[in-house]
Amino acid sequence: MGNLLKTLYRDRHPYIFIAPAFLLLMMFSLIPIVVAFFISFTDINLRGLADWSQISFIGLENYIKLFNDSVFITSIFNTLFYVVIGVPLVIICSLSVALILNYGKDKIFHFFRAVYYMPSITNIVAVAVIWGFLYNTHYGLFNYFLSLVEIGRVPWLEQPTLAKISLILLAVWKGLGINMIIFLAALQGIPKEYYEAAKVDGANRLQTLWHVTIPLLGFATFFVTVTTLIGWLQFFEEPYVMTNGGPLDGTLSMALFIYRSGFQLSEFGYAAAGSFVLFFMIIIVTLIQFKFRKADVEY
Amino acid sequence: MSSATIKKLEKNFMIVLLVVGGIIISIPFMWMILSSFKPLNEAVQMPPTFLPQNPTFENYINLFTNLNFGIYLRNTLIIVFFSFIGLIFNGMAGYAFAKYQFKGRKVIFYTILATMMIPGQVTMIPVYLILNQMGLTNTMTGIVLPGLAVAFSIFLFRQFMQTIPDDLIEAARLDGAGEYYIFFKLIIPIAKPVFAVQAILTFIAAWNSFLWPLIIASDQRLYTLSVGLALLEGQHSSNFALQMAGAAFMVVPIVIIFAFFQKYIIEGFTMSGLK
Repeated sequence: MGNLLKTLYRDRHPYIFIAPAFLLLMMFSLIPIVVAFFISFTDINLRGLADWSQISFIGLENYIKLFNDSVFITSIFNTLFYVVIGVPLVIICSLSVALILNYGKDKIFHFFRAVYYMPSITNIVAVAVIWGFLYNTHYGLFNYFLSLVEIGRVPWLEQPTLAKISLILLAVWKGLGINMIIFLAALQGIPKEYYEAAKVDGANRLQTLWHVTIPLLGFATFFVTVTTLIGWLQFFEEPYVMTNGGPLDGTLSMALFIYRSGFQLSEFGYAAAGSFVLFFMIIIVTLIQFKFRKADVEY
Repeated sequence: MSSATIKKLEKNFMIVLLVVGGIIISIPFMWMILSSFKPLNEAVQMPPTFLPQNPTFENYINLFTNLNFGIYLRNTLIIVFFSFIGLIFNGMAGYAFAKYQFKGRKVIFYTILATMMIPGQVTMIPVYLILNQMGLTNTMTGIVLPGLAVAFSIFLFRQFMQTIPDDLIEAARLDGAGEYYIFFKLIIPIAKPVFAVQAILTFIAAWNSFLWPLIIASDQRLYTLSVGLALLEGQHSSNFALQMAGAAFMVVPIVIIFAFFQKYIIEGFTMSGLK
């Protein structure tokens, strides 16, 4: 025993170095997930928070209630709508921009790299506020532009389906930068010899793009798809600030549903159950991608 | 046409595409700045004016006199300050994982990586309950604590510090330097590039922090700029000039920092070893 303590004392330094960060992560990431799992089977709410004896174990009731809750079902469909349209759009846009940026090395390309990157570091609330103004039916810039080409007022945020698309446009604008950088880094890592070989074989530009560049971007594309999908499944701030889930729950995402049930209605157990449904969806979607991922082309 | 001219034409075409796209991307920023200097009646005028006809600072002054943006700014800066302390914790952990052999190293490291997979929505309710149990809801401590340790940042520090030669640390030990001395006086100066990148990213993240302050702070005294701006959007929903001034106040500092450090910020993301 004394020996063990001695070695422990001698080797204490790495533990002391990791202790603050590890304890914090433990407290605010690992323990919470266990807590969330347990409370998702209870009826804890504001009353239970004040007096623990009010909390009772209710088994799967929260989960059953969730799938009979038409608002939750709507939020699932909305989230899927965001993902199915938003994710491919982000990938196509960021890849296209990266390809153009990769075209030259002059100052202007560097300058525009920064311009395209800018939206991804700006504050999401500020962005939502700005876009809310741009989208405004009466005073918005977008409708003004449309009126110049004789198109009448578009109710960007006032019709359920259109509002979803409007939020997607904003999120694509914001998500472009970071994914473009990942693609750009990957593009710059492709050895020149491949392009030269393609040229010798008489491939034209489009063929080179399709048969050389894009396959070699396998890992970057995979990484971007996984992270973007996870991000979009957790879509929250845009609907929170711009539409608060409306009109008619048309933009309500799962994350916003969880936030609402938890912090506005104080149904903590119910919200925790909802968060596990979301977590489960994220895991499934990620696993599917790992399963269908084609072997990388090594270079 | 020779192939050289075609190439030149193609490049010019690409530049035109780039410029047009860049302008479209920047419209929201330009409109924000321009509108923030317009009086309200001009900001919502149809057809809109491009440049402010009667430029005014009234909206910005309003933010600080009639709204509490001074307090929001102070709170945001407090969060930024504490997140820098968190940055040192992350650096320490990254160093230990890179340069020490100890029992449980792998298990603990993978556990930390695994926390990156947990979505914020799952932890936000239990973390709120835990903080509530500790009596930390509606306090600055409660807002700051959950965000201090960042798994991704620990990972980046570890990646970088693995490239520091062991001999260097051994030599310092032979000279009689203590472990803490080595970390603070030797490792931090060597790891300056990664600390610089992380410091910028940490600043941006803390400046933009929204969800935790929103959940934990029920009192306006503790609101950050983002939460205050969301409140402003709700309370003055038709005063677009004021909203744009609030948004500009949040966005412009970040844009300036970005303009100075863009090389480091962009490389910071590619540093994680992505091909």
